[in-house]
Amino acid sequence: MTHSGLSRRKFLARGALVGCSVAASPLLTPVSFAMAPSDNRLVVILLRGGMDGLDLLRPWHDPAFAIARPTLAQQRNPTLEVQDGYGIHPAVAPLLPLWHAGELSFVQSVSTPYRNKRSHFDGQDLLEAGTANLGKTSQRDGWLNRMLQGMQGVEAHTAYAIGADPMLLSRGSAPVSSWSPDVDFVMSAQGARLLQEVMQSDTEMALAMAQAVRLSSQDGGESIVETDASMLEASMDAQMSTQGQGARGAHKRVAEFAAEQLRGDARIACFSLGGWDTHNNQKNTMVAPLKRLAQTILTLKANLGGAAWQRTTVLAMTEFGRTVRENGSRGTDHGTGGAMVLAGGALRGGRVLGHALGLDEAALYQRRDVMPTDDVRRYAAWAIRSSFGLSASVLERDVFPGLEMKDDPGLLA
Amino acid sequence: MLHFDPEIAESRFGYGYSPSVQAPVSVDQMLARLRTKDEIASRFVIKDSSQISASFKEFSDLSRRLRIARKLNPKEDVGLVVKEMKQFRSNWRKQSVQRTGSMLMRRVWTQDALRERLIAFWTDHFSAPGKTYNYRFTFPSYVETAIRPNVTKSFSDLLLAAVLHPQMLKFLDQPASVGPNSSFAKKNPAQKRGLNENLAREILELHTLGVNGHYSQNDVRELAKLLTGLWVTSSGEARFIETRSEPGQAKVLGKLYGGARDGEESIADVLNDLARHPDTARHIANKLATHFISDAPPKDLVKALEMEFLASDGDLMRVSEALLRHPAAWHESRANFKQPDLFVSSALRALAVSDQQIENVSSATINRNLLLPLRKMGQPWGEPAGPDGFEEHDSYWLTPQGMGARLQWSLAAPTAFAGELPDPREFVVNVLGSRASDAVMFAARAAENRREGVALVLMSPEFQRC
Repeated sequence: MTHSGLSRRKFLARGALVGCSVAASPLLTPVSFAMAPSDNRLVVILLRGGMDGLDLLRPWHDPAFAIARPTLAQQRNPTLEVQDGYGIHPAVAPLLPLWHAGELSFVQSVSTPYRNKRSHFDGQDLLEAGTANLGKTSQRDGWLNRMLQGMQGVEAHTAYAIGADPMLLSRGSAPVSSWSPDVDFVMSAQGARLLQEVMQSDTEMALAMAQAVRLSSQDGGESIVETDASMLEASMDAQMSTQGQGARGAHKRVAEFAAEQLRGDARIACFSLGGWDTHNNQKNTMVAPLKRLAQTILTLKANLGGAAWQRTTVLAMTEFGRTVRENGSRGTDHGTGGAMVLAGGALRGGRVLGHALGLDEAALYQRRDVMPTDDVRRYAAWAIRSSFGLSASVLERDVFPGLEMKDDPGLLA
Repeated sequence: MLHFDPEIAESRFGYGYSPSVQAPVSVDQMLARLRTKDEIASRFVIKDSSQISASFKEFSDLSRRLRIARKLNPKEDVGLVVKEMKQFRSNWRKQSVQRTGSMLMRRVWTQDALRERLIAFWTDHFSAPGKTYNYRFTFPSYVETAIRPNVTKSFSDLLLAAVLHPQMLKFLDQPASVGPNSSFAKKNPAQKRGLNENLAREILELHTLGVNGHYSQNDVRELAKLLTGLWVTSSGEARFIETRSEPGQAKVLGKLYGGARDGEESIADVLNDLARHPDTARHIANKLATHFISDAPPKDLVKALEMEFLASDGDLMRVSEALLRHPAAWHESRANFKQPDLFVSSALRALAVSDQQIENVSSATINRNLLLPLRKMGQPWGEPAGPDGFEEHDSYWLTPQGMGARLQWSLAAPTAFAGELPDPREFVVNVLGSRASDAVMFAARAAENRREGVALVLMSPEFQRC
């Protein structure tokens, strides 16, 4: 792919020039030399669909586990064993080096305050709102945004919400940038130049378009300018394939884009990974989403590079866990207690955290789900406190209203 | 003096210029078309709720059989039911694609585009996306049944049809709401059943008075009491179950309902009163003006709509007329930015995509070139995030990823739907008429190929602002 100096740079110059005259746009905050809020980075990954914590982190030491899950428990395998009779799913085996380096932890038997209805929509809303109950839809904002409101020196590029899904998690009054790296466009140099001319009369549109051009050239996909006709055809094919359902590498591109921003001025990124609603044949259906999760974490690490990765904490959380027992179609249904994944160079990792009550039927929540013994928000709150120094009172009052943070689990090194 | 302009009529109150459909020539003609028969609906048919009820029942039965088979029976039976279910779902998927096509074709080929825009507006006002698989399937039929026939009637007709439809009852959890003193609650004390305020709250907050209206938490609670008894059967039909209904009277906005009247009549009474309330008139006037004219609509326009709403007892035909007869409706400044749904539909109208072409494209093409791009633009088809519908303000849509996704779509989708693309030099004139700026005229002429020429026209401010 060749970039024609003429078109893209000129387009960007136009965008910047146009920008200076519209002071109201949040994208236009002039480059500021104020201190970034911190050198630490936080990545929040929402695992949408209800991730089965027991399949990710398998309590092989518990005899009830194999009984409850005839097709899913699998044989105890020493190469996958991480701690005290806990083993990980083979699909996340590529994360073992991180475990041994202290860059990976699991928290078991945690949940949001959501109970009983087991609806994905409400469960995810509550996970993102970070509150104890769901208030009015129209007035909801997300805990990540409220966290930003509690930080100093936050600018438009401090936090990125990545992907096309509107995320409640980052919604609110603090500025958050957004981009979706699956948005690609390929135009000739001539087309790009003409586009710039066409938009000239509308500053707002020109500015958003210029941002789109800038970000799309950073996200690892096709960027705007192609000069050679045969390459144009090739890129069109590539474009079509990334639009289809088989957009296989989409999660990697999201992770690459997140890493690129976090290496620069951004300190916070959030996005979601789906595919966790494994009602059927979970032995197969769980593999792809777990692989994507592992690849996402490894891509973040590889693309952040040593120094930034050492200051990064990744939190992966889900709306609820799943039933302890397999259902009639060799899958699991919506449950309650689940697992959280922590990763990053900033971690004091290599630990299984959280208190599990075991899988005997009497110890289960409503005799079916993993009994949650702790609030998943507590771990998020301590990670935020350790990363960005927010006070416990702000966290308990504003970010996660009603949460009791209790003792520090010492998540970060 | 501001007056009728066919280009504004199509872009602001329709789905844009079409090269094949004559634009209206006057406000009178627009109103006459709106007043007369809904022709395009019979040309591109979408089944209403009664026409899909058998198929909905079939789905409920299959789901029940699957549940039972999974619980009790060994594997072989499950396999059979699963297979049946798969076939059923594949059939529903096909129907969904067809209905999406019909909805687009109505927008592309209608002469009465204002009707389609009003339907889109009221569908959003009464947002009730399905939370489960079956109710996602029934959503277009809800629009066909509750919204479409009522957008030219009175607001109370529309309100009752929408909020009492099973789609809305299910969406806002009404079947879970039980009168705490109903005989059902008394017979089943262990279940601790009581009120669910969801529907009552949204009726007051979103559908009628508006969040700034004069109502209190107590009114929500009392309305919730009146609404108890509304229930939905497993085959998707609305019922009033007396035994679940809270006995006695309830006071909403200072007026007593219930008691001697039976439960269903009381519900109609209170909804009719709410539909005529001055706060409702103000709320609706403001929403209409914001949607069609500007995020900051002229105050006199809002006032005019509000007065007409009150004077006509919420006659939506007359409110629409008041909108079109107001000078602000024809103002030259294009203060609105098209939402993705409007952007995409008006592009297909500009390309005069035919029903043959839509029928010939695969469901994968619909997915790849319509549903997925709309998601990327931030407006997933038929799936607003909540009962408050999609965001109205332009700033929400005019984002980098929104613009990027529109460009991506403009470059790829026209070929996928229209096959051969028009000559950009003609296209720009057909689509933008006298509005075309020198810049976009030049771009259409100077583009390297048809594909980019068409995309440049679609991306122009003249096309995206209305």
